Amino acid sequence: MRLPEAMHLPVTDLPDSAQAIDATATRRSMRFIDEFRDGELARGLAAAIRQAVRPDRDYRFMEFCGGHTHAIARYGVTDLLPPNVHLIHGPGCPVCVLPIGRIDMAIRLVREAGVTLCSYGDPLRVPASGGLSLLKVKAALGRDGNTPGDLRMIYSGADALAFAQQHPERQVVFLAIGFETTTPPTAVLIRQAQALGLGNFSVLCCHVLTPPAIASILATTEVRQWGSVSLDGFIGPAHVSTIIGTRPYECFAEDYRKPMVVAGFEPLDVMLAILMLIKQVNAGRAFVENEFSRAVTRDGNLRAQHLVSEVFEPRRSFAWRGLGELPYSALRIRQAFADFDAEQRYAVRYEAVADHPACECGAVLRGVKQPRQCRIFGSVCTPENPVGSCMVSSEGACAAHYSFGRFADAAPPTGADFPGSPRASG
Amino acid sequence: MKPVRQAYIRPLDLRHGCVEMSHGSGGRGMAQLIEELFARWLGNAYLGQGNDAAVLPAATGRLVMSTDAHVVSPLFFPGGDIGCLAVHGTINDIAVMGATPLYLAASFILEEGFPLGDLARIVESMARAAEVAAVPVVTGDTKVVQRGKGDGVYITTTGVGVVAEGEDYAGDRARPGDRIIVSGSIGEHGMAIMAQRENIGFASAIVSDTAALHGLIAAMRASGATIRTLRDPTRGGVATTLNEIARQSGVGMMLQESALPVLPEVAAACEFLGLDPLYVANEGKLLAIVAPEDTDTLLQAMRAHPLGRQAAAIGKVHADPQHFVQMTTELGGRRIVDWLTGEQLPRIC
Repeated sequence: MRLPEAMHLPVTDLPDSAQAIDATATRRSMRFIDEFRDGELARGLAAAIRQAVRPDRDYRFMEFCGGHTHAIARYGVTDLLPPNVHLIHGPGCPVCVLPIGRIDMAIRLVREAGVTLCSYGDPLRVPASGGLSLLKVKAALGRDGNTPGDLRMIYSGADALAFAQQHPERQVVFLAIGFETTTPPTAVLIRQAQALGLGNFSVLCCHVLTPPAIASILATTEVRQWGSVSLDGFIGPAHVSTIIGTRPYECFAEDYRKPMVVAGFEPLDVMLAILMLIKQVNAGRAFVENEFSRAVTRDGNLRAQHLVSEVFEPRRSFAWRGLGELPYSALRIRQAFADFDAEQRYAVRYEAVADHPACECGAVLRGVKQPRQCRIFGSVCTPENPVGSCMVSSEGACAAHYSFGRFADAAPPTGADFPGSPRASG
Repeated sequence: MKPVRQAYIRPLDLRHGCVEMSHGSGGRGMAQLIEELFARWLGNAYLGQGNDAAVLPAATGRLVMSTDAHVVSPLFFPGGDIGCLAVHGTINDIAVMGATPLYLAASFILEEGFPLGDLARIVESMARAAEVAAVPVVTGDTKVVQRGKGDGVYITTTGVGVVAEGEDYAGDRARPGDRIIVSGSIGEHGMAIMAQRENIGFASAIVSDTAALHGLIAAMRASGATIRTLRDPTRGGVATTLNEIARQSGVGMMLQESALPVLPEVAAACEFLGLDPLYVANEGKLLAIVAPEDTDTLLQAMRAHPLGRQAAAIGKVHADPQHFVQMTTELGGRRIVDWLTGEQLPRIC
């Protein structure tokens, strides 16, 4: 089968590859989008998958990343899969795994410490304690008389640093979230702030680690003992793996006998990874394979890893939504950079808060439940009024199913020419 | 006895001058601003009446009226500015009702300290847009707010038009089997604004599509095709507008992703910012729901007009009690094209 040329591009060291990308982009005139969504190639891959599956068994693969969840729902990948191949959504959405208590900390920084909090858009909408969210706090700024702080939505952490430089009279805190992909940029910011001697910039560090989350999924009672969640393999992280490489996953393949295929975030990447997983399962193999070889190596980006270890160290324990307290599963800022650690500067502490009793985000994040099995999915909990975090981010399993896939929950309308057969997204 | 000498009034300094509080006070300062700026560019017989309201001749047919506030940021963007946008926006709201737009009213909220030179550019652009569209600004208002209480300039325009008895393109007329047509490539206005705001170098070639659509609509009506519904997909983009029509008409829709006209640079900028062109604002495009047998007739008529050259049939209407707007993706799968959630691009128009 012919694959897009770009899928075979040589792997380059990412930080130095800007030139190479420029040159390639000019030559191919911005054609890095469509090849990975090509319908003809997708039909070819779908046929190969249909041929590869054994009809006498089911295949259950977890896509760890929200980026995959989004791509699967956005492009309707499940419509092209045989009915015995099931995709289970994983916990790899940074907004989804933020526990309520972490958002509460950010709100306290604004309301009590009076800081200017800079955050990406999605965390602003995550429900916090007392019916609040950062967005609601923002809307009420200056109205309730006791909120001296400010909130700004940013697209990049660098915007927060620039804002701090432009406003020396304000204390600026960057709400840093994300897995290993977004950690090196935060490390760069902290080093820059130190080099500039910025006294009004700090970071509320909520960076989490992928391998402990995968370990936690594999170690849940649902997977290990009850077998109520059966997993035949993982579609491994795309962007995270550009940083950490594929080596950290090798222990899961060995210890738990689960194959993993690291895959890019485009729909054809996902389909090819599914085919590679099916072949491993059929052959009784459990290895880490790399579909995303145009960007991922076994060792990852060593420069980025070095930078991260210079600025951050593992936390002894970190609370995840859905997965609970996981040991050594997140990062905190090292003592050498303590001046830039908002938790230390403002002595703001994490306090655990229980999720909404009806919300099933925890079970959804562990792959135990599908979004539509939640009682409040699509009724009380919608993207406009999210109750749980999985309904907030477009990478969240609930939001993805609501926004792209919920037609499958309804009876198919008659008289329309629909492609494929209507199926649930998982 | 000496005659009273005419007081000398120093002309407005359009090069270095700024809006002052006195420009909105109702006194001489305001009179000067109106005379040297607004009347100079926008002048016409009705505006020249100089009264509290314009007195207009009676029109035959049903009156159509619409109002639209414009708060776009930045005020100047590739392909236009808040001035022409304010003219086009209101004309289009009237035109998609099948009406002939006749008159506009414009109300300005100016911020103290706003450069008069910029204001002049905006008013000039507005005048040009009104002239091209042949819809005069017949009355207006100016208010000035203190520095920091506005953001340069906000413009509200109100329009009046007439539509003949029996002409109806309301949102509740789509029927199963109808085709969905878009008049051209989508997402340009929103991405032009976004590229300016985010300083995206490679996307700076994107130009807003802001334009008045009543000429195109007149050509479509003249084609004789049975047009059920017309609407301009501004804020919330094509996706949100189609969901409005689906809900009003009580139907479902199925789009073909491969049929959607999107310029490569818009697609690239959307990809870069994680946006979906279906949700990005347009200011010079329209969506038409047409009876299936008239699809080609209408497409031909649209493509013969400069604003409809890229017109394309992008999907079908079908019966669906859920009123879902769905799409067959390029990959060959299916997805919902839902209402816009939250705020994708604030202050886009």
